[in-house]
Amino acid sequence: MVVQALAFYLFATVAVLSATAVVTVRNPVHSVLLLILTFFNAAGLFVLLGAEFLAMLLVVVYVGAVAVLFLFVVMMLDINFVEMRQGFLNYLPIGILIAVVLFVELALVGAGWTLTDEAVAVLAQPTPAGLTNVEALGQLIYTDYAYIFQAAGLVLLVAMIGAIVLTLRHREGVRRQKISEQVKRTRADTLEVKKVPVGRGI
Amino acid sequence: MEIGLAHYLTVAAILFTLGIFGIFMNRKNVIIIMMSIELMLLAVNINLVAFSSFLGDLVGQVFTIFVLTVAAAEAAIGLAILVVYFRNRGTIAVEDINMMKG
Repeated sequence: MVVQALAFYLFATVAVLSATAVVTVRNPVHSVLLLILTFFNAAGLFVLLGAEFLAMLLVVVYVGAVAVLFLFVVMMLDINFVEMRQGFLNYLPIGILIAVVLFVELALVGAGWTLTDEAVAVLAQPTPAGLTNVEALGQLIYTDYAYIFQAAGLVLLVAMIGAIVLTLRHREGVRRQKISEQVKRTRADTLEVKKVPVGRGI
Repeated sequence: MEIGLAHYLTVAAILFTLGIFGIFMNRKNVIIIMMSIELMLLAVNINLVAFSSFLGDLVGQVFTIFVLTVAAAEAAIGLAILVVYFRNRGTIAVEDINMMKG
């Protein structure tokens, strides 16, 4: 129990500190790397909660895909990031004010919240005993939630096509292979038979 | 030393607040704003998983998968829009995005 509590406080502290740094550091590349640290610590919290599959998913999807995408974009864009920081201090008071107000609201909700006995009785999908987290989730998302799962796949497909369509561009002056024209070529377009008279040449 | 639901909810609340704070602090840099949105989605995920774990209901974890999916799609589309915008305008400052006079 003590080890679990210590692990929780370690993960929670590092996650909160690195999240603070994400929004305050000067260099966006450091910001992305700290975001990765935050995700790793959140994955640690998920493991503590007994959601191993989601912890691994968080590492694979967020660290492996989303954060690397952010890193690519930050490094690809040629931006003067020092200039971007100007006005940071101007926004500090309103930022802190809104953050404090929001946190107080969240704390009030958290403090005034209790669970009724009926809520416990009407669980939609009680965690099955004797199964690992991955097995239990797999039995759920491939049966009861199969259609929503497919819809999630469609969302990803649309996002992929959208990202490609948005960033694809045809530059002038670049010679590209046109496969349709290559396939469309017939012998009549390209070959010509010349009758060469003897001794004259063409 | 018993770690309960309230502990996890507190962490999630702090992360969500930091996300909001990041949006207000980095008014010029869209990339940091998108990272703040990712932080907020992470806080929501922690909330869902914490409730799922402490109430013994797996639906919360199923929902977290869908939130993750939407977050990944949103990041991909958002960054694509950002790249196209930078290609056309040469800047990513939020204040300069005013073509639609919104």
